Amino acid sequence: MSMAQLVETEATPRRTKRWRGRLLPYLLSLPALLVCIAILVPFVTAAIYSLQRYRLNLPYLRGFIGVDNYIDFLSDPAFWNTLRISLVYTAVTVIAELLLGLGIALLLRRPTRFHNAVSIMLLLPLMTAPAIAALMWKLMTNPSFGILSYLVGLLGVHDFKWASDPSTALFTVVLVDVWVYTPFIMILLLAGLRSLPRQPFEAAALDGVPASFVFFRITLPMLAPYIITASLFRLLDSIQQFDIVYAMTQGGPGDRLMVFQVQAYLEFFQYTNVGRSAALLMILWLITNVLSNIFIKNWLRLRARAHGHA
Amino acid sequence: MDHSSLAGRIFRGIALSLVLVFFMFPIVWILLMSFQTNEQILRIPPRILFEPTLANYEALISGQLRTAAGNLQIEFMRNLMNSFVLSSASVILALLLGVPAAYAFARFKFKLGETIAFTLLSFRFAPPLLVLLPLSLYYQQLGLNDTYFGIVWVYQLIALPLILWIVRGYFEDISPDIEHAYRLAGHSWREAFTRIAVPLAGPGIAAAGLLSFIFCWNNFVFALILASADKQPVTVGALAFVTASGIQYGQIAAAIVLSVTPTLLLALYAQRYLVEGLSLGAVKG
Repeated sequence: MSMAQLVETEATPRRTKRWRGRLLPYLLSLPALLVCIAILVPFVTAAIYSLQRYRLNLPYLRGFIGVDNYIDFLSDPAFWNTLRISLVYTAVTVIAELLLGLGIALLLRRPTRFHNAVSIMLLLPLMTAPAIAALMWKLMTNPSFGILSYLVGLLGVHDFKWASDPSTALFTVVLVDVWVYTPFIMILLLAGLRSLPRQPFEAAALDGVPASFVFFRITLPMLAPYIITASLFRLLDSIQQFDIVYAMTQGGPGDRLMVFQVQAYLEFFQYTNVGRSAALLMILWLITNVLSNIFIKNWLRLRARAHGHA
Repeated sequence: MDHSSLAGRIFRGIALSLVLVFFMFPIVWILLMSFQTNEQILRIPPRILFEPTLANYEALISGQLRTAAGNLQIEFMRNLMNSFVLSSASVILALLLGVPAAYAFARFKFKLGETIAFTLLSFRFAPPLLVLLPLSLYYQQLGLNDTYFGIVWVYQLIALPLILWIVRGYFEDISPDIEHAYRLAGHSWREAFTRIAVPLAGPGIAAAGLLSFIFCWNNFVFALILASADKQPVTVGALAFVTASGIQYGQIAAAIVLSVTPTLLLALYAQRYLVEGLSLGAVKG
Protein backbone atom coordinates (compact mmCIF):
# COMPACT_ATOMS: atom_id res chain seq x y z
CA MET A 1 0.00 0.00 0.00
CA SER A 2 1.43 3.35 -1.05
CA MET A 3 1.67 6.29 1.27
CA ALA A 4 -0.93 8.20 -0.73
CA GLN A 5 -3.43 5.41 -0.32
CA LEU A 6 -2.75 5.21 3.37
CA VAL A 7 -3.38 8.91 3.83
CA GLU A 8 -6.52 8.63 1.79
CA THR A 9 -8.03 5.78 3.78
CA GLU A 10 -7.16 7.57 6.97
CA ALA A 11 -8.66 10.80 5.73
CA THR A 12 -12.01 9.96 4.19
CA PRO A 13 -14.07 8.57 7.04
CA ARG A 14 -12.16 10.63 9.58
CA ARG A 15 -15.09 11.83 11.58
CA THR A 16 -16.81 8.46 12.08
CA LYS A 17 -13.45 6.86 12.72
CA ARG A 18 -12.49 9.25 15.46
CA TRP A 19 -15.91 8.90 17.00
CA ARG A 20 -15.63 5.13 16.89
CA GLY A 21 -12.10 5.24 18.20
CA ARG A 22 -13.22 7.15 21.22
CA LEU A 23 -16.09 4.79 21.87
CA LEU A 24 -14.00 1.65 21.43
CA PRO A 25 -12.59 1.32 24.95
CA TYR A 26 -16.09 1.68 26.38
CA LEU A 27 -17.51 -0.93 24.04
CA LEU A 28 -14.72 -3.34 24.93
CA SER A 29 -15.18 -2.93 28.65
CA LEU A 30 -18.96 -3.22 28.50
CA PRO A 31 -19.00 -6.88 29.68
CA ALA A 32 -16.74 -6.04 32.59
CA LEU A 33 -19.03 -3.15 33.43
CA LEU A 34 -22.01 -5.54 33.42
CA VAL A 35 -20.22 -7.84 35.84
CA CYS A 36 -19.49 -4.84 38.04
CA ILE A 37 -23.17 -3.96 38.07
CA ALA A 38 -24.04 -7.58 38.77
CA ILE A 39 -21.83 -7.32 41.85
CA LEU A 40 -22.86 -3.86 42.97
CA VAL A 41 -26.64 -4.39 42.78
CA PRO A 42 -26.66 -7.35 45.21
CA PHE A 43 -24.14 -5.50 47.36
CA VAL A 44 -26.40 -2.44 47.69
CA THR A 45 -29.35 -4.78 48.23
CA ALA A 46 -27.47 -6.47 51.07
CA ALA A 47 -26.72 -3.07 52.59
CA ILE A 48 -30.45 -2.24 52.47
CA TYR A 49 -31.45 -5.65 53.91
CA SER A 50 -29.10 -5.04 56.80
CA LEU A 51 -31.26 -2.06 57.79
CA GLN A 52 -34.49 -4.05 57.69
CA ARG A 53 -36.36 -6.46 59.84
CA TYR A 54 -36.55 -9.15 57.17
CA ARG A 55 -37.31 -12.77 57.89
CA LEU A 56 -38.20 -15.10 55.05
CA ASN A 57 -40.66 -17.00 57.23
CA LEU A 58 -42.40 -13.83 58.49
CA PRO A 59 -42.64 -11.63 55.36
CA TYR A 60 -45.43 -9.44 56.78
CA LEU A 61 -43.11 -8.17 59.53
CA ARG A 62 -40.69 -6.72 57.00
CA GLY A 63 -39.79 -3.07 57.46
CA PHE A 64 -37.02 -0.58 58.03
CA ILE A 65 -35.56 -0.61 61.50
CA GLY A 66 -32.51 1.59 60.95
CA VAL A 67 -29.36 0.22 62.54
CA ASP A 68 -31.20 -1.99 65.03
CA ASN A 69 -29.70 -5.17 63.55
CA TYR A 70 -26.26 -3.77 64.27
CA ILE A 71 -27.14 -2.53 67.73
CA ASP A 72 -28.54 -5.96 68.59
CA PHE A 73 -25.13 -7.45 67.90
CA LEU A 74 -23.55 -5.38 70.66
CA SER A 75 -25.47 -7.26 73.34
CA ASP A 76 -25.44 -10.61 71.54
CA PRO A 77 -22.88 -13.11 72.84
CA ALA A 78 -23.20 -15.11 69.59
CA PHE A 79 -21.89 -12.13 67.65
CA TRP A 80 -18.90 -11.63 69.96
CA ASN A 81 -18.21 -15.34 69.70
CA THR A 82 -18.21 -15.07 65.90
CA LEU A 83 -15.93 -12.05 65.95
CA ARG A 84 -13.54 -13.69 68.39
CA ILE A 85 -13.39 -17.03 66.57
CA SER A 86 -12.89 -15.34 63.20
CA LEU A 87 -10.04 -13.19 64.51
CA VAL A 88 -8.35 -16.08 66.31
CA TYR A 89 -8.71 -18.31 63.24
CA THR A 90 -7.26 -15.61 61.02
CA ALA A 91 -4.37 -14.76 63.32
CA VAL A 92 -3.37 -18.38 63.93
CA THR A 93 -3.57 -19.46 60.28
CA VAL A 94 -1.78 -16.44 58.87
CA ILE A 95 1.05 -16.54 61.42
CA ALA A 96 1.52 -20.30 61.06
CA GLU A 97 1.40 -20.18 57.27
CA LEU A 98 3.75 -17.21 57.12
CA LEU A 99 6.39 -18.79 59.35
CA LEU A 100 6.13 -22.16 57.66
CA GLY A 101 5.98 -20.67 54.16
CA LEU A 102 9.02 -18.49 54.82
CA GLY A 103 10.92 -21.44 56.26
CA ILE A 104 10.17 -23.64 53.25
CA ALA A 105 10.98 -20.84 50.79
CA LEU A 106 14.39 -20.42 52.50
CA LEU A 107 15.01 -24.17 52.28
CA LEU A 108 14.19 -24.18 48.57
CA ARG A 109 16.00 -20.95 47.80
CA ARG A 110 18.76 -22.31 45.57
CA PRO A 111 17.16 -23.20 42.21
CA THR A 112 18.39 -26.79 41.99
CA ARG A 113 16.37 -29.36 40.08
CA PHE A 114 15.35 -31.11 43.30
CA HIS A 115 14.24 -27.87 44.96
CA ASN A 116 12.14 -26.96 41.93
CA ALA A 117 10.55 -30.41 41.92
CA VAL A 118 9.62 -30.00 45.59
CA SER A 119 8.09 -26.58 45.01
CA ILE A 120 5.98 -28.02 42.17
CA MET A 121 4.78 -30.85 44.40
CA LEU A 122 3.75 -28.31 47.01
CA LEU A 123 1.41 -26.78 44.44
CA LEU A 124 -0.84 -29.82 44.75
CA PRO A 125 -2.42 -29.02 48.15
CA LEU A 126 -3.01 -25.46 46.95
CA MET A 127 -4.79 -26.73 43.86
CA THR A 128 -7.03 -29.04 45.88
CA ALA A 129 -10.49 -27.61 46.45
CA PRO A 130 -10.54 -26.49 50.12
CA ALA A 131 -13.90 -28.19 50.70
CA ILE A 132 -12.47 -31.46 49.34
CA ALA A 133 -9.30 -31.00 51.38
CA ALA A 134 -11.50 -30.82 54.47
CA LEU A 135 -13.09 -34.14 53.49
CA MET A 136 -9.66 -35.70 53.03
CA TRP A 137 -8.62 -34.68 56.51
CA LYS A 138 -11.96 -35.81 57.85
CA LEU A 139 -11.21 -39.31 56.56
CA MET A 140 -7.73 -39.21 58.07
CA THR A 141 -8.95 -38.01 61.46
CA ASN A 142 -11.90 -40.39 61.75
CA PRO A 143 -11.78 -41.73 65.33
CA SER A 144 -12.39 -45.38 64.36
CA PHE A 145 -10.00 -45.88 61.41
CA GLY A 146 -8.34 -42.52 60.64
CA ILE A 147 -4.60 -42.85 60.13
CA LEU A 148 -3.89 -39.71 62.15
CA SER A 149 -6.00 -40.92 65.06
CA TYR A 150 -4.03 -44.16 64.90
CA LEU A 151 -0.69 -42.32 64.82
CA VAL A 152 -1.44 -40.07 67.79
CA GLY A 153 -2.64 -43.23 69.52
CA LEU A 154 0.82 -44.72 69.01
CA LEU A 155 2.23 -41.60 70.67
CA GLY A 156 0.09 -42.38 73.68
CA VAL A 157 -2.71 -39.86 73.04
CA HIS A 158 -5.90 -41.90 72.98
CA ASP A 159 -9.38 -40.65 72.22
CA PHE A 160 -8.12 -37.62 70.36
CA LYS A 161 -11.38 -36.40 68.83
CA TRP A 162 -9.99 -33.83 66.34
CA ALA A 163 -12.78 -31.73 64.81
CA SER A 164 -15.56 -33.22 66.91
CA ASP A 165 -14.08 -32.13 70.24
CA PRO A 166 -14.62 -28.44 71.12
CA SER A 167 -11.11 -28.15 72.55
CA THR A 168 -9.33 -29.45 69.43
CA ALA A 169 -11.76 -28.43 66.65
CA LEU A 170 -10.01 -25.12 65.97
CA PHE A 171 -6.63 -26.84 65.85
CA THR A 172 -7.96 -29.35 63.31
CA VAL A 173 -9.44 -26.82 60.86
CA VAL A 174 -6.33 -24.65 61.21
CA LEU A 175 -4.28 -27.70 60.27
CA VAL A 176 -6.31 -28.14 57.07
CA ASP A 177 -6.02 -24.43 56.27
CA VAL A 178 -2.25 -24.60 56.82
CA TRP A 179 -2.04 -27.67 54.57
CA VAL A 180 -3.91 -25.96 51.75
CA TYR A 181 -2.55 -22.42 51.90
CA THR A 182 1.04 -22.54 53.17
CA PRO A 183 2.23 -23.33 49.61
CA PHE A 184 0.66 -20.05 48.45
CA ILE A 185 2.87 -18.01 50.77
CA MET A 186 5.82 -20.25 49.97
CA ILE A 187 5.46 -19.63 46.22
CA LEU A 188 5.23 -15.85 46.56
CA LEU A 189 8.17 -15.67 48.97
CA LEU A 190 10.28 -18.06 46.90
CA ALA A 191 9.74 -15.88 43.82
CA GLY A 192 10.64 -12.87 45.96
CA LEU A 193 13.76 -14.49 47.41
CA ARG A 194 15.03 -15.54 44.01
CA SER A 195 14.54 -12.07 42.57
CA LEU A 196 16.62 -10.33 45.27
CA PRO A 197 19.88 -8.77 44.05
CA ARG A 198 22.94 -10.92 44.77
CA GLN A 199 25.48 -8.24 45.65
CA PRO A 200 24.53 -7.63 49.32
CA PHE A 201 24.74 -11.37 50.01
CA GLU A 202 28.06 -11.75 48.22
CA ALA A 203 29.49 -8.77 50.09
CA ALA A 204 28.28 -10.17 53.40
CA ALA A 205 29.81 -13.56 52.60
CA LEU A 206 33.15 -11.92 51.76
CA ASP A 207 33.15 -10.02 55.03
CA GLY A 208 32.26 -13.17 56.96
CA VAL A 209 29.06 -11.67 58.37
CA PRO A 210 27.21 -14.24 60.54
CA ALA A 211 24.19 -15.92 58.95
CA SER A 212 21.70 -14.63 61.52
CA PHE A 213 22.80 -11.05 60.82
CA VAL A 214 22.41 -11.61 57.08
CA PHE A 215 18.94 -13.03 57.61
CA PHE A 216 17.58 -10.35 59.92
CA ARG A 217 19.35 -7.32 58.44
CA ILE A 218 19.47 -8.13 54.73
CA THR A 219 17.08 -10.93 53.70
CA LEU A 220 14.07 -10.01 55.82
CA PRO A 221 14.04 -6.25 55.08
CA MET A 222 14.47 -6.84 51.37
CA LEU A 223 11.75 -9.47 51.40
CA ALA A 224 9.37 -7.31 53.44
CA PRO A 225 7.17 -6.11 50.54
CA TYR A 226 6.60 -9.70 49.45
CA ILE A 227 5.88 -10.82 53.01
CA ILE A 228 3.36 -8.01 53.47
CA THR A 229 1.62 -8.75 50.18
CA ALA A 230 1.43 -12.48 50.83
CA SER A 231 0.15 -12.13 54.39
CA LEU A 232 -2.43 -9.47 53.54
CA PHE A 233 -3.70 -11.72 50.77
CA ARG A 234 -4.04 -14.60 53.21
CA LEU A 235 -5.47 -12.35 55.92
CA LEU A 236 -8.26 -11.28 53.58
CA ASP A 237 -9.11 -14.84 52.58
CA SER A 238 -8.72 -16.30 56.03
CA ILE A 239 -11.12 -13.97 57.82
CA GLN A 240 -13.76 -15.04 55.30
CA GLN A 241 -13.03 -18.75 55.54
CA PHE A 242 -16.12 -20.78 54.72
CA ASP A 243 -15.34 -23.91 52.71
CA ILE A 244 -13.03 -25.69 55.13
CA VAL A 245 -15.04 -24.92 58.24
CA TYR A 246 -18.39 -25.70 56.63
CA ALA A 247 -17.25 -28.97 55.06
CA MET A 248 -15.52 -30.07 58.26
CA THR A 249 -17.99 -29.18 61.02
CA GLN A 250 -20.58 -26.67 59.74
CA GLY A 251 -19.45 -24.31 62.48
CA GLY A 252 -19.65 -26.85 65.29
CA PRO A 253 -19.20 -28.54 67.61
CA GLY A 254 -21.79 -26.22 69.17
CA ASP A 255 -20.77 -22.73 68.15
CA ARG A 256 -17.05 -23.43 68.48
CA LEU A 257 -16.18 -22.62 64.86
CA MET A 258 -18.89 -20.09 63.96
CA VAL A 259 -16.74 -17.88 61.77
CA PHE A 260 -18.40 -14.93 60.03
CA GLN A 261 -19.53 -16.47 56.80
CA VAL A 262 -20.67 -19.76 58.31
CA GLN A 263 -22.73 -17.86 60.87
CA ALA A 264 -24.20 -15.63 58.14
CA TYR A 265 -25.01 -18.67 55.99
CA LEU A 266 -26.84 -20.40 58.83
CA GLU A 267 -28.57 -17.16 59.82
CA PHE A 268 -29.90 -16.94 56.26
CA PHE A 269 -30.79 -20.55 55.47
CA GLN A 270 -31.52 -22.03 58.88
CA TYR A 271 -33.07 -19.12 60.75
CA THR A 272 -34.19 -17.35 57.51
CA ASN A 273 -33.21 -14.04 59.11
CA VAL A 274 -32.07 -12.10 56.05
CA GLY A 275 -31.65 -8.78 57.87
CA ARG A 276 -29.34 -10.17 60.52
CA SER A 277 -27.37 -12.20 58.01
CA ALA A 278 -26.86 -9.12 55.83
CA ALA A 279 -25.79 -6.99 58.79
CA LEU A 280 -23.25 -9.62 59.81
CA LEU A 281 -21.83 -9.70 56.28
CA MET A 282 -21.70 -5.91 56.12
CA ILE A 283 -19.53 -5.87 59.24
CA LEU A 284 -17.25 -8.48 57.70
CA TRP A 285 -17.15 -6.43 54.49
CA LEU A 286 -16.12 -3.34 56.45
CA ILE A 287 -13.22 -5.21 58.02
CA THR A 288 -12.07 -6.68 54.71
CA ASN A 289 -12.52 -3.37 52.91
CA VAL A 290 -10.10 -1.59 55.20
CA LEU A 291 -7.60 -4.43 54.84
CA SER A 292 -8.02 -4.73 51.09
CA ASN A 293 -7.42 -1.02 50.53
CA ILE A 294 -4.08 -1.36 52.26
CA PHE A 295 -3.40 -4.52 50.31
CA ILE A 296 -4.28 -3.10 46.90
CA LYS A 297 -2.05 -0.07 47.41
CA ASN A 298 0.82 -2.29 48.43
CA TRP A 299 0.23 -4.76 45.63
CA LEU A 300 0.04 -2.10 42.92
CA ARG A 301 3.36 -0.66 44.10
CA LEU A 302 4.97 -4.11 43.94
CA ARG A 303 3.39 -4.77 40.56
CA ALA A 304 4.63 -1.47 39.17
CA ARG A 305 8.11 -2.30 40.39
CA ALA A 306 8.00 -5.76 38.81
CA HIS A 307 6.89 -4.20 35.54
CA GLY A 308 9.87 -1.89 35.75
CA HIS A 309 8.27 1.52 35.95
CA ALA A 310 8.65 2.72 39.52
CA MET B 1 24.67 -18.67 54.71
CA ASP B 2 26.70 -21.82 55.02
CA HIS B 3 25.44 -24.47 52.64
CA SER B 4 28.34 -26.84 52.99
CA SER B 5 28.58 -27.61 56.69
CA LEU B 6 27.53 -31.18 57.39
CA ALA B 7 25.20 -30.29 60.26
CA GLY B 8 23.51 -27.66 58.10
CA ARG B 9 22.97 -30.12 55.28
CA ILE B 10 21.56 -32.77 57.57
CA PHE B 11 19.22 -30.23 59.11
CA ARG B 12 18.01 -29.07 55.71
CA GLY B 13 17.53 -32.65 54.55
CA ILE B 14 15.42 -33.55 57.58
CA ALA B 15 13.40 -30.35 57.35
CA LEU B 16 12.65 -30.87 53.66
CA SER B 17 11.63 -34.50 54.26
CA LEU B 18 9.20 -33.39 56.97
CA VAL B 19 7.77 -30.75 54.64
CA LEU B 20 7.28 -33.33 51.88
CA VAL B 21 5.66 -35.83 54.23
CA PHE B 22 3.23 -33.26 55.65
CA PHE B 23 2.11 -31.93 52.27
CA MET B 24 2.14 -35.14 50.25
CA PHE B 25 0.96 -37.73 52.77
CA PRO B 26 -2.77 -36.81 52.70
CA ILE B 27 -2.91 -37.12 48.92
CA VAL B 28 -1.06 -40.45 48.88
CA TRP B 29 -3.09 -41.85 51.75
CA ILE B 30 -6.48 -40.99 50.23
CA LEU B 31 -5.30 -42.44 46.93
CA LEU B 32 -4.38 -45.70 48.69
CA MET B 33 -7.72 -45.73 50.54
CA SER B 34 -9.61 -45.43 47.28
CA PHE B 35 -8.24 -48.84 46.23
CA GLN B 36 -9.25 -50.58 49.46
CA THR B 37 -12.41 -52.33 50.52
CA ASN B 38 -14.17 -51.06 53.60
CA GLU B 39 -12.91 -54.04 55.59
CA GLN B 40 -9.32 -53.22 54.64
CA ILE B 41 -9.81 -49.59 55.63
CA LEU B 42 -11.27 -50.47 59.02
CA ARG B 43 -8.40 -52.84 59.86
CA ILE B 44 -6.23 -51.82 62.80
CA PRO B 45 -3.33 -51.28 62.53
CA PRO B 46 -3.64 -49.83 59.01
CA ARG B 47 -1.51 -51.52 56.38
CA ILE B 48 0.41 -50.01 53.52
CA LEU B 49 0.46 -53.32 51.64
CA PHE B 50 -2.92 -54.59 50.57
CA GLU B 51 -4.65 -56.21 47.66
CA PRO B 52 -5.98 -53.30 45.59
CA THR B 53 -9.53 -53.32 44.33
CA LEU B 54 -11.28 -51.21 41.73
CA ALA B 55 -14.69 -51.85 43.28
CA ASN B 56 -15.01 -48.30 44.65
CA TYR B 57 -14.45 -46.73 41.26
CA GLU B 58 -16.76 -49.26 39.60
CA ALA B 59 -19.51 -48.39 42.05
CA LEU B 60 -19.06 -44.67 41.44
CA ILE B 61 -19.01 -45.01 37.68
CA SER B 62 -22.03 -47.29 37.55
CA GLY B 63 -23.84 -45.11 40.08
CA GLN B 64 -24.88 -48.15 42.16
CA LEU B 65 -23.67 -48.13 45.73
CA ARG B 66 -24.16 -51.18 47.90
CA THR B 67 -24.71 -50.04 51.46
CA ALA B 68 -25.90 -51.78 54.56
CA ALA B 69 -29.34 -50.29 53.93
CA GLY B 70 -29.51 -51.70 50.42
CA ASN B 71 -28.64 -50.39 46.99
CA LEU B 72 -28.27 -46.66 46.66
CA GLN B 73 -28.44 -44.62 43.50
CA ILE B 74 -25.66 -42.02 43.44
CA GLU B 75 -24.97 -39.82 40.46
CA PHE B 76 -21.48 -38.75 41.27
CA MET B 77 -20.49 -38.96 37.61
CA ARG B 78 -23.09 -36.32 36.94
CA ASN B 79 -21.39 -34.02 39.47
CA LEU B 80 -18.11 -34.60 37.69
CA MET B 81 -19.75 -33.78 34.36
CA ASN B 82 -21.31 -30.64 35.88
CA SER B 83 -17.91 -29.48 37.08
CA PHE B 84 -16.48 -29.88 33.58
CA VAL B 85 -19.38 -28.11 31.91
CA LEU B 86 -19.64 -25.26 34.42
CA SER B 87 -15.90 -24.57 34.66
CA SER B 88 -15.22 -24.79 30.91
CA ALA B 89 -18.21 -22.66 29.96
CA SER B 90 -17.30 -20.08 32.59
CA VAL B 91 -13.69 -19.81 31.46
CA ILE B 92 -14.60 -19.57 27.77
CA LEU B 93 -17.14 -16.86 28.47
CA ALA B 94 -14.74 -15.00 30.75
CA LEU B 95 -12.00 -15.12 28.11
CA LEU B 96 -14.33 -13.86 25.39
CA LEU B 97 -15.49 -10.99 27.58
CA GLY B 98 -12.34 -10.38 29.58
CA VAL B 99 -9.50 -10.37 27.06
CA PRO B 100 -10.86 -7.45 24.96
CA ALA B 101 -11.64 -5.54 28.15
CA ALA B 102 -8.15 -6.19 29.51
CA TYR B 103 -6.79 -4.88 26.23
CA ALA B 104 -8.89 -1.74 26.54
CA PHE B 105 -7.68 -1.19 30.11
CA ALA B 106 -4.07 -1.60 29.06
CA ARG B 107 -4.12 0.50 25.90
CA PHE B 108 -6.57 3.30 26.60
CA LYS B 109 -6.27 5.23 29.79
CA PHE B 110 -9.85 6.12 30.57
CA LYS B 111 -11.56 6.86 33.84
CA LEU B 112 -14.30 4.24 33.56
CA GLY B 113 -11.72 1.56 32.86
CA GLU B 114 -9.79 2.34 36.03
CA THR B 115 -13.01 2.43 38.04
CA ILE B 116 -14.12 -0.96 36.74
CA ALA B 117 -10.71 -2.52 37.30
CA PHE B 118 -10.62 -1.29 40.89
CA THR B 119 -14.19 -2.26 41.69
CA LEU B 120 -13.54 -5.79 40.47
CA LEU B 121 -10.28 -5.98 42.37
CA SER B 122 -11.75 -4.74 45.63
CA PHE B 123 -14.70 -7.12 45.35
CA ARG B 124 -12.26 -9.95 44.82
CA PHE B 125 -11.69 -9.53 48.53
CA ALA B 126 -15.28 -8.93 49.63
CA PRO B 127 -17.13 -11.77 51.37
CA PRO B 128 -18.75 -13.85 48.57
CA LEU B 129 -21.90 -14.43 50.61
CA LEU B 130 -22.52 -10.69 50.72
CA VAL B 131 -23.18 -10.78 46.98
CA LEU B 132 -24.50 -14.35 46.79
CA LEU B 133 -27.31 -14.25 49.33
CA PRO B 134 -29.17 -11.27 47.82
CA LEU B 135 -28.37 -12.66 44.38
CA SER B 136 -30.04 -15.96 45.27
CA LEU B 137 -33.24 -14.05 46.10
CA TYR B 138 -33.03 -12.18 42.77
CA TYR B 139 -32.35 -15.43 40.98
CA GLN B 140 -35.50 -16.95 42.42
CA GLN B 141 -37.53 -14.06 41.06
CA LEU B 142 -35.83 -14.19 37.66
CA GLY B 143 -36.10 -17.97 37.39
CA LEU B 144 -32.31 -18.23 37.08
CA ASN B 145 -32.02 -20.30 40.22
CA ASP B 146 -30.62 -23.72 39.51
CA THR B 147 -29.88 -23.16 35.83
CA TYR B 148 -26.50 -23.75 34.21
CA PHE B 149 -26.71 -20.28 32.71
CA GLY B 150 -27.27 -18.67 36.10
CA ILE B 151 -24.36 -20.52 37.68
CA VAL B 152 -21.99 -19.78 34.78
CA TRP B 153 -22.95 -16.12 35.08
CA VAL B 154 -22.11 -16.10 38.79
CA TYR B 155 -18.81 -17.88 38.11
CA GLN B 156 -17.87 -14.79 36.10
CA LEU B 157 -17.36 -13.13 39.47
CA ILE B 158 -14.43 -15.53 39.98
CA ALA B 159 -13.06 -15.84 36.47
CA LEU B 160 -13.45 -12.38 34.99
CA PRO B 161 -11.50 -10.29 37.55
CA LEU B 162 -8.68 -12.84 37.44
CA ILE B 163 -8.47 -12.71 33.66
CA LEU B 164 -8.78 -8.94 33.54
CA TRP B 165 -5.92 -8.32 35.94
CA ILE B 166 -3.51 -10.96 34.72
CA VAL B 167 -4.03 -10.36 31.00
CA ARG B 168 -3.96 -6.60 31.43
CA GLY B 169 -0.47 -6.88 32.91
CA TYR B 170 0.69 -8.86 29.89
CA PHE B 171 -0.78 -6.37 27.43
CA GLU B 172 0.93 -3.54 29.30
CA ASP B 173 4.25 -5.29 28.85
CA ILE B 174 3.87 -5.40 25.07
CA SER B 175 5.06 -2.22 23.43
CA PRO B 176 2.18 -0.55 21.57
CA ASP B 177 4.65 0.45 18.83
CA ILE B 178 4.27 -2.90 17.07
CA GLU B 179 0.53 -2.44 16.89
CA HIS B 180 0.93 1.16 15.71
CA ALA B 181 3.20 0.05 12.91
CA TYR B 182 0.73 -2.65 11.95
CA ARG B 183 -2.14 -0.16 11.98
CA LEU B 184 -0.13 2.25 9.83
CA ALA B 185 0.23 -0.52 7.27
CA GLY B 186 -3.51 -0.22 6.79
CA HIS B 187 -4.84 -2.89 9.13
CA SER B 188 -7.89 -2.34 11.25
CA TRP B 189 -7.95 -2.17 14.99
CA ARG B 190 -9.48 -5.63 15.14
CA GLU B 191 -6.68 -7.15 13.08
CA ALA B 192 -4.02 -5.54 15.25
CA PHE B 193 -5.74 -6.96 18.31
CA THR B 194 -6.24 -10.52 17.05
CA ARG B 195 -3.01 -10.90 15.04
CA ILE B 196 -0.50 -8.99 17.15
CA ALA B 197 -1.66 -8.32 20.70
CA VAL B 198 -3.44 -11.59 21.51
CA PRO B 199 -0.66 -13.91 20.23
CA LEU B 200 1.97 -11.89 22.08
CA ALA B 201 -0.02 -12.04 25.31
CA GLY B 202 -0.64 -15.78 24.74
CA PRO B 203 1.20 -17.07 27.83
CA GLY B 204 -0.66 -14.61 30.04
CA ILE B 205 -4.00 -15.58 28.57
CA ALA B 206 -3.15 -19.25 29.06
CA ALA B 207 -2.13 -18.65 32.68
CA ALA B 208 -5.27 -16.67 33.39
CA GLY B 209 -7.50 -19.23 31.70
CA LEU B 210 -5.95 -22.17 33.54
CA LEU B 211 -6.06 -20.46 36.88
CA SER B 212 -9.69 -19.44 36.46
CA PHE B 213 -10.60 -22.99 35.40
CA ILE B 214 -9.03 -24.33 38.59
CA PHE B 215 -10.67 -21.67 40.76
CA CYS B 216 -14.09 -22.32 39.21
CA TRP B 217 -13.63 -26.06 39.64
CA ASN B 218 -12.58 -25.67 43.25
CA ASN B 219 -15.33 -23.26 44.15
CA PHE B 220 -17.77 -24.52 46.72
CA VAL B 221 -19.99 -21.79 48.11
CA PHE B 222 -21.48 -20.47 44.85
CA ALA B 223 -22.96 -23.80 43.82
CA LEU B 224 -23.85 -24.72 47.40
CA ILE B 225 -26.26 -21.79 47.39
CA LEU B 226 -27.43 -21.68 43.78
CA ALA B 227 -27.49 -25.27 42.50
CA SER B 228 -29.72 -28.21 43.37
CA ALA B 229 -28.55 -31.82 43.22
CA ASP B 230 -28.62 -32.34 39.46
CA LYS B 231 -26.56 -29.21 38.70
CA GLN B 232 -24.04 -29.48 41.52
CA PRO B 233 -20.31 -29.66 40.79
CA VAL B 234 -18.03 -32.16 42.55
CA THR B 235 -17.15 -29.92 45.48
CA VAL B 236 -20.76 -29.78 46.65
CA GLY B 237 -21.53 -33.24 45.33
CA ALA B 238 -18.74 -34.84 47.35
CA LEU B 239 -20.09 -33.37 50.56
CA ALA B 240 -23.60 -34.61 49.77
CA PHE B 241 -22.08 -37.96 48.87
CA VAL B 242 -20.42 -38.25 52.29
CA THR B 243 -23.78 -37.66 53.97
CA ALA B 244 -25.60 -40.10 51.69
CA SER B 245 -23.13 -42.97 51.63
CA GLY B 246 -22.51 -42.94 55.36
CA ILE B 247 -19.74 -45.40 56.11
CA GLN B 248 -18.67 -46.35 52.58
CA TYR B 249 -15.24 -44.87 53.20
CA GLY B 250 -13.52 -46.46 50.23
CA GLN B 251 -16.05 -44.93 47.90
CA ILE B 252 -15.74 -41.55 49.58
CA ALA B 253 -11.98 -41.73 49.02
CA ALA B 254 -12.51 -42.67 45.38
CA ALA B 255 -14.94 -39.77 44.96
CA ILE B 256 -12.32 -37.41 46.43
CA VAL B 257 -9.66 -38.76 44.07
CA LEU B 258 -11.94 -38.27 41.05
CA SER B 259 -12.80 -34.72 42.19
CA VAL B 260 -9.23 -33.51 42.59
CA THR B 261 -7.50 -35.38 39.75
CA PRO B 262 -8.42 -32.95 36.92
CA THR B 263 -7.12 -29.85 38.71
CA LEU B 264 -4.02 -31.56 40.06
CA LEU B 265 -3.10 -32.85 36.59
CA LEU B 266 -3.68 -29.40 35.14
CA ALA B 267 -1.54 -27.89 37.87
CA LEU B 268 1.33 -30.29 37.19
CA TYR B 269 1.07 -29.82 33.45
CA ALA B 270 1.04 -26.05 33.59
CA GLN B 271 2.99 -25.34 36.77
CA ARG B 272 5.11 -22.60 35.22
CA TYR B 273 2.10 -20.57 34.06
CA LEU B 274 0.41 -21.24 37.33
CA VAL B 275 3.11 -19.78 39.52
CA GLU B 276 3.14 -16.64 37.40
CA GLY B 277 -0.63 -16.38 37.44
CA LEU B 278 -0.91 -17.05 41.17
CA SER B 279 1.06 -13.99 42.05
CA LEU B 280 -1.41 -12.10 39.81
CA GLY B 281 1.54 -10.55 38.09
CA ALA B 282 2.73 -9.11 41.40
CA VAL B 283 6.01 -10.96 41.34
CA LYS B 284 7.73 -11.68 38.11
CA GLY B 285 10.54 -14.13 38.42
